Order: sequence, then structure tokens, then C-alpha cells
Amino acid sequence: MSNDSTSKTLIVATLLCVICSIVVSSTAVQLKPMQVRNKKLDIKKNLLVTAGLVDDSAEEKQIVEAFKAVETKVVDLETGAYADIDPESYDARKAAKNPKLNYKIPAEKDLANIKSRAKYGKVYLIKDGETVKNFVFPVHGKGLWSTMYGFLVLENDLNTVKGLGFYEHGETPGLGGEVDNPNWKANWNGKKVFNDAMKPVIKVVKGIAEEDAKYKIDGLSGATITSNGVTGLVRYWLSENAFGSFIKKYKAGSI
Amino acid sequence: MSLKKTLFDPLFENNPIALQILGICSALAVTTKLESVLVMCLAVIVVTAFSNLSVSLIRNHVPSSIRIIVMMTIIASLVIVTDQILKAFVYDVAKSMSVYIGLIITNCIVMGRAEAYAMKNGPIMALVDGIGNGIGYSVVLIFVGIFRELFGSGKLLGYNIMTPISEGGWYQPNGMALLSPSAFFLIGIFIWILRTVKKDQVESSN
Amino acid sequence: MEHYLSLFLKAVFVENLALSFFLGMCTFLAVSKKVKTSLGLGVAVVVVQSITIPVNNLLYNYLLKENALTWAGVQGVDLSFLGLISYIGVIAAMVQILEMILDKFFPPLYNALGIFLPLITVNCAILGGSLFMVERDYNFAESVVFGVGSGVGWALAIAALAGIREKMKYSDVPEGLRGLGITFITVGLMALGFLSFSGIQL
Repeated sequence: MSNDSTSKTLIVATLLCVICSIVVSSTAVQLKPMQVRNKKLDIKKNLLVTAGLVDDSAEEKQIVEAFKAVETKVVDLETGAYADIDPESYDARKAAKNPKLNYKIPAEKDLANIKSRAKYGKVYLIKDGETVKNFVFPVHGKGLWSTMYGFLVLENDLNTVKGLGFYEHGETPGLGGEVDNPNWKANWNGKKVFNDAMKPVIKVVKGIAEEDAKYKIDGLSGATITSNGVTGLVRYWLSENAFGSFIKKYKAGSI
Repeated sequence: MSLKKTLFDPLFENNPIALQILGICSALAVTTKLESVLVMCLAVIVVTAFSNLSVSLIRNHVPSSIRIIVMMTIIASLVIVTDQILKAFVYDVAKSMSVYIGLIITNCIVMGRAEAYAMKNGPIMALVDGIGNGIGYSVVLIFVGIFRELFGSGKLLGYNIMTPISEGGWYQPNGMALLSPSAFFLIGIFIWILRTVKKDQVESSN
Repeated sequence: MEHYLSLFLKAVFVENLALSFFLGMCTFLAVSKKVKTSLGLGVAVVVVQSITIPVNNLLYNYLLKENALTWAGVQGVDLSFLGLISYIGVIAAMVQILEMILDKFFPPLYNALGIFLPLITVNCAILGGSLFMVERDYNFAESVVFGVGSGVGWALAIAALAGIREKMKYSDVPEGLRGLGITFITVGLMALGFLSFSGIQL
């Protein structure tokens, strides 16, 4: 059969498609559970590292073990009360894109530049026996190139920062990407987020923050926009428009 | 051509980046860290080698009218498989490379070698040519990666070589080395050095 | 409207595919010796980019995305791993169709673009544009604007580089740097220039 005949062309094309599709689909299907597990584990690990429960080299077993101390709740961000939603299956990131489950943030309140968020947000409570030791709030917002996703961990006074860490971002490595630098992250420990009027005033400044400034964090050199992005997203997620209502309610003891 | 020549020629004699102008895009974006460079190189070597091998195996049965799309399909399948494997086994690295793994599909080295070499040569030679060109690509990438990571953050493979000030050392990291233009300067310099040594590669001024 | 305008400007300048993301570099360096040919290639990229990105957007939203097949009554299917192969398929097909249409109805334009049209299939700026569109979750209207904008940005960059290279003929470049070497360094300097846009918030 000549190579350029129509039937040969069709045969080659069909065979090739069948072989390629079998190879591609079987790898994708076989590896999918591992990929999903990796992704979930990575997020959990980041949460635990930020909260200081495990260190960076933690293995899967340690992570699963340490995560037992974490209780996950879903919060209605408008009222601040717990919502009756299964936290295992709820995905706030997907909900933020679903018009039925999201909330359009008014432009003047949108400090994190994200335009819309899910109506319900997850809160992680890290427990020591029965008492809550730390609160973990998932936060995200725009940096220079990308949306940064991370966790803000507060002490049980709901004002002192325990840590901030990002598990996903696409900032310039070495400049904005330094949000991952452990030395910079250590800066957050012990800072306060709210002023006396319960307004989030914490700020990543330009340059080095004064030694005793309790609301100021050292800036990332060469990455002003990423720094401002971090300020914006932390302030937004703690504001009345997001987790603020939950924090108020919790402090008043009505949860 | 001997096996050895096919394997080693693309390193300096006929380097894909410095002489053939192939596969530059992905070379620039992933070179801030040596670790991602090494993964990228490995991925490219594997994809080029196997695409060359498979194209060469079926070369006598491919009608010329659908030649390009046949090669594209093979390459795309290989890249997806590589991408899936990376995501499953080295998640951290795959995360930091985002779209660039996918862009290997349009990395002209893969397509260029399939068209220029694998369509005309036997499977074993084609495989070797693929590996050789993958390595030639890696040489440039590793050169660029070493300089960018060393000067940009004072580290190599994540280990401190020159401790930066922010971590209590003495080295003030050179921010520009981390920005992408520095990759261009480094490749330019690489070409300059290469052509000073190998005069026959110098382009005539027109 | 303002949103689309800022998206457009962002795609052209701040997030220029050629000079901030270094996509489509092979053709960018190889076909920038003359302003005229590089303009022709630029136009071709704009056209292909403005067609393929919206088409891939539809493909992603109605076929590949998780649960995207709901309209067909199929739930819980996630075909996103087929993304790459579908996008490149769409690009190859679009380029082929475009070539035939141009050949039939606009022969002068077809002749002007010549060999550059098929070359576009392997231009990573095109595939890169589609992948960015997916990563950033653009809706259909946004993807049209982004497609046009990113194409224009790329065309602008290649025309500018060709302009510089034409002038460079009159300069005395060291032997080893001649041709490709100095072009790399020129592009590096241009990219540095474009970096100054990166601080602009739109």
C-alpha cells in the first residue's frame, strides 16, 4: 500500500490516536490518586508547618498524626456562626467560582484584590485536649504575578500572630518568592493584628520595621508589590467582610 | 556518523541552543534554581529521546500529509505522561515549574530533531541523537542555572555557598540575577565563549 | 469596560509574552532580522492567538474542566489531563484552516505570511497563552481580550527587536558575539526595559 493513499493515512492516524490515548489515559488514571494525595498532603503540611507543629522535613506519617489535633469547621462568613457543612468535602476555592456559593466583594472592601470569595470559609482549630490552642485561617490574595494562597495562624487570644505561610504562589523567585523564606516568616511570630478598635492594622512595611513595632513586619526587599499584597490579603481576611465576624463572635463567647 | 559523534556533537559542536536556535523559551524561565533546571533537563532528555525513537520506528509508515500532526501527537502524549509522573512523584518541583513542563511540547528541540533527524535515520541512532541533543540543551541550562542561583541567592541546590545578609551572612544577593533578563546575558556570554574557542561557528557580518 | 481595557494593556505591556515570560523565543530570535518579515509574523501571531485562546476557552469550560460535562448530563468527569493535547490539536487545526481560508480568499495576505503560518504551530507563545488562560480562569470575554492583547504584545516586541537589529548592522560587534550572541544580549536589555512596566497596577 502506498504511504500517501487515503486509506493508509486514515489507518495510521487511527492507530496512532488509539495507542496514544491508551498510554495517556492509563497513566493519568493510575497516577491520579497519588497526585490528589500529594496535593492534599502538601496543603496539610503547610498548615502544620505554619502552626509550628511539624517541621519542613516531616514525613507523611507525622503529618497525618499531627493533623489529628486539628479540628476543621466551616464558618458562614456573613454571620460568623458555624455552618452545617461537612468540612471534608467542602472546597472553598471551588465555591468562590460558583455563582451560587460565592459572594462578590464590593471594590472598596476588596483589599486582597480577589473580586469574589466563597460564602462559607474553613477555620482550623488546633486543640490541646479540649482547649483551643491556635486558630488557622486560610487566606489568599493577589501578589505581583499570581494569587497567593496560604494560612494565617493566630494564638488563642485571636490577636497575636503565631505564623503566616503560603502553600501556593507564583511570585518572582528570590524577590517576591521570599514569602517562603523561613527567616522572613519568623518575623510574624508575636506580632498583633488588631488595634484597640478591632480593626486589622498589621502591615508589611518598606524596609526594616522598628524593633518593638507590634503591628509592623519587615518588607521584602525588591518586592514592594508582593509585600503590599500580603498586607492587603491579611487585612482583608481578618476584616468584618471575611473572618472578622467569626472572630468577634468567638471573643464574645457566643460560639 | 558514529554513535559517539551523534551523542557528543550536540554538546559543543552543534549545540541546539547556541547554534541551532532551538528550545530557548523554556530555557529561560526555569533557570533561577539549579534544582528545577535539573528536573527540566531530565524531562527534556527523556521526551526528546523517546519522541525520536518512536518517530523513527514508524517513519516508513507515516504519510507526509499528516506528518506534522503525527509528530505533535506523539510528543504531546510523551509530555503529558512526563507531567503526570512529575506531579505524582516530585510534587514540590512540579509545582514550581507550573506551565513550563507543558511547554516542552512546543520546545522546538523535540520537534526539530524529530523532523530533521528521526524521520531519516534508524531507531538506535535517533535515540542517541535525542539523548545527545537533550544533553546539549542541558549544558547551557545548567551553566545559566549555576550562575543565577549562586549570584541571585548565594546558594547552590538550596545549600548556602555564600550566606546572604538576610540569613546573617555577608553576601548581598544580586537581585538582577534572579530576573529573567540575566538569563539572556548569560546565554549571550556562553555563546561568546563558545565561539571564541570554536572560531568556525562565528557568523559572518552581513 | 474598564476591566477589559486594563486586561488588554496588561497583556500587551506588563505581562508581555515575549519579554516577561519569554515565550515564542525561537521564532523571536530566528525571524527578527528584518522589520518587514517580523511584522508579517507578528500579524499572523495576533490572528492565531485571538482565535485559538477563545476557542480553547470554550473547549476547557464545556469539555475538559472538572464537571464541565454537566450540560451533557454527565457528572463528575475530570478530563483536564487531556488539556495539553487538545489545545495543541486546536492550534494545529486552526493554523491549517486559517492557511486554507487565506489561500482561497486573501491571496495577498497569504503570500505575505508565507512560511510563517505553519511555523506558528510550534510557537510556544500560542500554547503558553492558552495555558495562562486556563490557569487564570478567564471567562469567554476576558479570553478574547487576552488573546488579542497577548498577540499584539508579542508582535510589538518582535517588531521592536527587528528594528534594533537592522540598526545594529552599522555597529562593530566583537567576532564571537556577532549574530546570535549580541541578539541575546539585546533581548536581555529590552526585557529589562519592559520590567519597568511590572510595577504598574491596573
